Amino acid sequence: MTFSLSLTVNGEHRDVVLDDPRVTLLDLLRERLDLTGTKKGCDRGQCGACTVLVNGKRVNSCLALALSLDGAEVVTIEGLAQGDELHPVQAAFIAHDGFQCGFCTPGQIMSAVGLIDEGQAGDDPERVREGMSGNICRCGAYRGITEAVLEAQKLLAERDRRNAA
Amino acid sequence: MKIFDYVRPATVPEAVAAAAEPGSAYLAGGANLLDLMKGGAMRPDRLVDVTRLPGLDRLERLADGGMRIGALAPNADLAHDADFARAYPAVAEALLSGASAQLRNAATVGGNLMQRTRCSYFYDVASACNRREPGAGCDALQGENRLHAVIGWSKHCIATHPSDFCVPLVALDAVVEIEGTGGRREIALEDLHRLPGDTPERESALEPGDLIVALRLPGDAARFAAHARYLKLRERTSFAFAVVSAAAALDLNGGAIRSARLALGGVAAKPWRARAAEEALAGANADEAAFRKAAEAALADAKPSGDNAFKIELAKRIVVRALALAVAGTPERLPALPASPFSSVPGALHHA
Repeated sequence: MTFSLSLTVNGEHRDVVLDDPRVTLLDLLRERLDLTGTKKGCDRGQCGACTVLVNGKRVNSCLALALSLDGAEVVTIEGLAQGDELHPVQAAFIAHDGFQCGFCTPGQIMSAVGLIDEGQAGDDPERVREGMSGNICRCGAYRGITEAVLEAQKLLAERDRRNAA
Repeated sequence: MKIFDYVRPATVPEAVAAAAEPGSAYLAGGANLLDLMKGGAMRPDRLVDVTRLPGLDRLERLADGGMRIGALAPNADLAHDADFARAYPAVAEALLSGASAQLRNAATVGGNLMQRTRCSYFYDVASACNRREPGAGCDALQGENRLHAVIGWSKHCIATHPSDFCVPLVALDAVVEIEGTGGRREIALEDLHRLPGDTPERESALEPGDLIVALRLPGDAARFAAHARYLKLRERTSFAFAVVSAAAALDLNGGAIRSARLALGGVAAKPWRARAAEEALAGANADEAAFRKAAEAALADAKPSGDNAFKIELAKRIVVRALALAVAGTPERLPALPASPFSSVPGALHHA
């Protein structure tokens, strides 16, 4: 038996035929759509390395059944930059050393994009740390990650103000 | 993961009919179900995907001033709904103290109610577990059981219910609306989850095919909004289940307690409503002596199920502290670490 689904991934329409209903969004991205930027860490929703945006909200792609997301809009780390221009969150992670080995970084960055969009943390580092607690970093780059999120949030707010003016 | 059939019904009656077939499981956010299926603790033959059922994600204000929450509403959306959080702040605080932001975006209201225990012997298919496999035995009894139940457990099962959300809900008399093969019915949330007794595999009052379609909070429960808190002790600062938690809600008349609501999490196989403590508090002055009396009443029937006697004293202290926080008043804005006793507010006590 086969199963068909359609997704918009990083702005591009993708029709997928699956021969197995067990495929998670994470495995669909990595194994079938060649988007390996999204990482498989624990595969059980505990580490956050697989974080992507689904319909604008950050989720663990390892715990999302691909078939259930038929029609959804997905954004992965590959969809953030505009050509050679990094997304402000990506640039801020580099500027603030928000990583060491880099394995958790795509998930951290996608989670940060989601967090900023949710708009609940403000400029309080404690609220940022709490809002990012679903993303584990074994290298312990948390200090740089928090600084990067705060700076990117400020830059994005300024950009929004300029665009509105 | 075992192979399964996948169906995506378009209407509630179709979903109920599909799920009434043996071996079926409902799929909503999938946050708990897929985790359990990956480990083999759940092996459904058929997933009934309810995510497209129309109208089940709505939040409605009821005529009595209460609220009706569709079962598919994501946990994060509910917690951040301003009207809801104003009326039922302890519920919003409990929601935001649970899991991670990613999981709160995926997890639904109905799924939160129906999540399974986090007992590691239930998860580990190499271990004996009466809940997973009736009659197999319980490896938790002689195992690592410091986080297991201290109230309402039996020699067949000492697991706890892990939900934070359910704790203030049960304190506030939430009602669950269920659609089943026999039509629509409703039950008090307090009657949804069951204590293990000698049938721990029967975790809830739901029958095959039963689908939770909504949750209701009575308008009457909003009278506690000015003095309602959830307090949750975890083994790490964030993204962890409760060792012990308490929801405390007070209706105050000056320094006296007109009426009180109290429930505990992490202590039993169901969210534990502490009615004896509520009775002890009604009419009392809102002071530490009354809180200590209430805590003793709440834990009067508690007994360790293993290496967890410490949880009884801990639960008493969490009750006293949750009541003291409730008296101090619901904060205008939730703290940076919702429900955490480890507040960064200068001068706050850092021990339970």
